[in-house]
Amino acid sequence: MSDGMGERVSDAIVPGWEVVIGLEVHAELATATKLFSTARNEFGGDPNTNVDPVSLGLPGSLPVLNEKAVELAIRVGLALDCEIGRSVFARKNYFYPDMPKDFQISQYELPINGRGHLELPDGRTVGIERAHLEEDTGKSTHVGGGGRIHEAGHSLVDYNRAGVPLIEIVGAPDLRGPEDARAYVAELRAILVAIGASDGKMEEGSMRVDCNVSVRREGAAEFGTRCEIKNINSLRSLGRAIEYEARRQVDLIEAGEAVQQQTRHWNEDEGRTHTLRSKEEAYDYRYFPEPDLVPVDPSDEWIDEIRATLPALPRERRHRLAEAAGVDTAAAALTVERGMDDLAVDAIAAGADAARVLVHVDNNLADGAGRLTADAFAALVAMEVGGDLTATQAKTVLADLVASGGDPAAHAATHGFEAMDTGELESLVDRLIADHPDDWAGFVGGDDKERKKKSGFFVGQVMKATQGQADGRIVNELLERRAAGG
Amino acid sequence: MNSPETPRLTRDDVAHVANLARLTLTDDELDAFTGQLADVLDHAADLEALDLDGVAPMANPFPLVNVLRTDTPVDHDVRDEVLAAAPSIEDEQFRVPPVLGEAP
Repeated sequence: MSDGMGERVSDAIVPGWEVVIGLEVHAELATATKLFSTARNEFGGDPNTNVDPVSLGLPGSLPVLNEKAVELAIRVGLALDCEIGRSVFARKNYFYPDMPKDFQISQYELPINGRGHLELPDGRTVGIERAHLEEDTGKSTHVGGGGRIHEAGHSLVDYNRAGVPLIEIVGAPDLRGPEDARAYVAELRAILVAIGASDGKMEEGSMRVDCNVSVRREGAAEFGTRCEIKNINSLRSLGRAIEYEARRQVDLIEAGEAVQQQTRHWNEDEGRTHTLRSKEEAYDYRYFPEPDLVPVDPSDEWIDEIRATLPALPRERRHRLAEAAGVDTAAAALTVERGMDDLAVDAIAAGADAARVLVHVDNNLADGAGRLTADAFAALVAMEVGGDLTATQAKTVLADLVASGGDPAAHAATHGFEAMDTGELESLVDRLIADHPDDWAGFVGGDDKERKKKSGFFVGQVMKATQGQADGRIVNELLERRAAGG
Repeated sequence: MNSPETPRLTRDDVAHVANLARLTLTDDELDAFTGQLADVLDHAADLEALDLDGVAPMANPFPLVNVLRTDTPVDHDVRDEVLAAAPSIEDEQFRVPPVLGEAP
């Protein structure tokens, strides 16, 4: 369907079968008020405190569109390279107590954002079909029957969430496995957070994922019949639900039955999906243009103004770091995810060895950079690469720089870290070889496993003798050279 | 305008729409509304006599776009009033009969 996804072999859940996944992500927009009224958009308030006649659907109340919600929707469209254009609101008609008007205002034939795409950390792209504005529903709590819908005695409804602005982002069926799906959602969340459109919190329900899953035999050209899975509350659930659903569908087909197109509910505790709705008619929403709202038609000037305020997007930051470090975008992903890419790019620009910079950033700066500056970082890496500090010592000095800033050489001196003279190290290694002839024979003549074990032994002895001042990498080089007769 | 063999609207269509709207109609009402709704559709079908190529569908009769308000919250403080008007409440929430199935 879209550019890059075709080349990849899917991670098959069932051998011989391909899983096809398309995700619909709803994200609550980070506005102060609701989509069509001035009641607050706020998570966690006392029930029914953030309500007004519009969000309660009272007779005579009329919706007025929130400018900020439109701006945030355009930001999403720009970040996903969507076509942004004239859009029209529509009524989606259904009866459910969490929707007090008995219809939801959404966008149907003309969404604010049309086709676009998203780039995954590994560089593949996933198609975006549309990203439209709509209002959220209220929240129902089912009382009795252990909270299960079917057995509930009655339900309680809180309308604080009713009318909160949502962007629904509909992805193309370009994903081929749980890993793809998780990577897509993680990237989408990173984008939404980066552009300030949403807080992206799945655990608070401000980002919700519905998952369309179908299966087909490998090599088949046609898509299979899909099921939509709802109630997925975490990235972990997303992967589990896809695996369960794919197996269920393959089992059905292999038993000679057909997959019914239906909406299924993910049950996290039971680890399975089950169907809730049976009436086919429930899908007939009788959409029609919302008569109480006029179209939205953002001018090019407005779109350009919004574009000018967008921060660097995760994909741009990955490309920038990848180029600076001479690695691929996948290798730059973790650094960008942690927000350490500016530091890494600046340290590399200051002359630091890119590979060491990425290793430190990804492994040794998990709690942030603190008072570490790019220049001090570059100086530290230079000392390490130049052999003045071992990897272990560099890590210690790095922790000092994070805690108190300053100059790496000064911290190294405080710890008494001094470069070991290579000649001194060589005579130490030679003495150890002479003292431990059996171990040396094991290193020279043993299989890979034995060799590894013995190199560990010699490095350990050197470290003991030098109180950890020696560079393990150099010791290993010396051992190799001696074994080769050098 | 409408050939008798392919009626624009059948009695079953009306029954289906009535069901979606949760309306219970008697047989007499179904007959009456099928006729009336068919007349409405026939009236709208007059448009088919016009050449409408290149005419964009109208979403709203007003020639306006971008009617927007600023994102400034207002404390409405209406909870007690609206809860007092509800047929049944519990824990500051609206109490409703058990619902079958999930929201669509």
